Amino acid sequence: MSAIVVYVEHQESGIKRASLEALGAARTVSDNVVPVLSGAGASEAAAALGGAPVVLTGDAFSPDGLAADLAAVVKENDAKAFLASATSTGKDVAPRVAAMLDSTVFTDCTGIRADGDAYAIVRPWLAGKMIATLRCTAPVLCATLRRNVFEPADVPGGGAPAERPASAGKTVMSALEAKEGGKLDVGEAPVVVSGGRGLKEADNFGIVEELAAAFGNAAVGASRAVVDAGWRPHAEQVGQTGKTVAPQLYVAVGISGAIQHLAGMKTSKVIVAINKDADAPIFKVADYGIVGDAFEVVPALTEAVKKVRAEG
Amino acid sequence: MNIVACVKRVPVTTLQPKVAADGKSIDPTGVEFMISFYDEIAVEEAIRTKEKVGGEVTVLTIGPSAAAKEVRECLAKGADKGIILTDENSNVRDCHATARALADKVKELGAELVFTGKVATDRDNAAVGPMVAAMLGWACVTDATEVEVDGGKATVKREAEGGVEVYTCDLPAVITCQKDLNEPRYAGLKGIMAAKKKPLEEVPCPDVPNQAEVVGLELPPPRPEGRIVGSGADAVPALVDALRNEAKVL
Repeated sequence: MSAIVVYVEHQESGIKRASLEALGAARTVSDNVVPVLSGAGASEAAAALGGAPVVLTGDAFSPDGLAADLAAVVKENDAKAFLASATSTGKDVAPRVAAMLDSTVFTDCTGIRADGDAYAIVRPWLAGKMIATLRCTAPVLCATLRRNVFEPADVPGGGAPAERPASAGKTVMSALEAKEGGKLDVGEAPVVVSGGRGLKEADNFGIVEELAAAFGNAAVGASRAVVDAGWRPHAEQVGQTGKTVAPQLYVAVGISGAIQHLAGMKTSKVIVAINKDADAPIFKVADYGIVGDAFEVVPALTEAVKKVRAEG
Repeated sequence: MNIVACVKRVPVTTLQPKVAADGKSIDPTGVEFMISFYDEIAVEEAIRTKEKVGGEVTVLTIGPSAAAKEVRECLAKGADKGIILTDENSNVRDCHATARALADKVKELGAELVFTGKVATDRDNAAVGPMVAAMLGWACVTDATEVEVDGGKATVKREAEGGVEVYTCDLPAVITCQKDLNEPRYAGLKGIMAAKKKPLEEVPCPDVPNQAEVVGLELPPPRPEGRIVGSGADAVPALVDALRNEAKVL
């Protein structure tokens, strides 16, 4: 069976869940999966995977260097597909790998299956306002996969990593200004608590931050209106000109629900809306709504969530 | 410096799209267009770079002749010339076919620096910028929030999940632009008048075989009807109960 190369990311606690999902998706298409890892601690992380992962060794990170190495592994294995998760690194590297293989790329895919000699791909357009099904006839299928969509693969352990030096590239990371400890990105958090103009002013975002902290695994999000007003950084913006998110739970506080915002969060598993205006469009996509003043409802919800979590 | 800004004409973000009769394209009836949001940031960064280091900004697009309207808007803001690689069916081009045509043109123009948006807000591929760079063998930083160009080198900050990554590279390079990079200017009356006299060239876009064929396009299924659990803080216990016992997310 033809090989599939998967770029696998890891962190201190092990293989990233997003990458396990990519491995899971790869295994639904082929039994011959070749994981590739890079960076400090890659060999240890690779050993947990089982099989014969490829480990690129070297301290400096270069996205074009990494892409060249990934393309080389694809060619050596005569692989018919290359997959990565749609993480910030995966999204950056996969198009370069595709170009090096004279292939097109499919990004942020929500479905992938073999279709005769080709592959069928499902991916959103217009930030999820439409869903497209495409047939890939590229020499190599190159794709990134949306998170929280595919079943993560098991990690059997006992892998025998094959190390090789990472190639140098033309673009080199010279520094990383790490985020405040433990702060989750809105694109990867299992719970997102977002605030909008209903909070009236920037300082009032405290109630949103406190609710996010009460959940323990939540990131703070924001509507375009409050990002444009300078209350919150663009990194937190959810919507068509921000991030598309699909967490387990999305809580919209004081967000009326412009079509561009709804496009960016409508595929969340559970949506809660808290808004003063009972006619706000956000209630049309919400599973559960509370009509009321955010300044009364949100602190009460924060206390209730804290209590539930303390009780376990 | 010879700077190119690659832009795409896309439906406005307020569009509530419908599927066309062929079942695989967007119904064009009444669709209005704009330059993709992030490409406006790319054009602004190109103009600012020119204002700092001197040179010329070329706005390059693949699209129908009608894209002249959007390209003129870029010229009105301060870009020097426009090129439309004309393709009335540019919306069926895949990322590879798009990047191939742009890369060849960028090379022919002798560009040293290419700016484009981090993603076009229609197909959401976020791929063409880094693909152009890879095809040309150039350096590339995506999702840039800060760019410094100095003496044939670029230092670029990139917004990533783990924090802000700082990259350095030699030019030529492709940089894709994130929202925080700048605040695009508005075209003044003087600029709009000047733009009418600036060169805007239309050349047929070379055919590149597609490797991705759209076989179906659908609207996402509507979410099942939700419910209002109550009003005010009194409704919080009912909400928490629903999240715990019904939705099982707490």
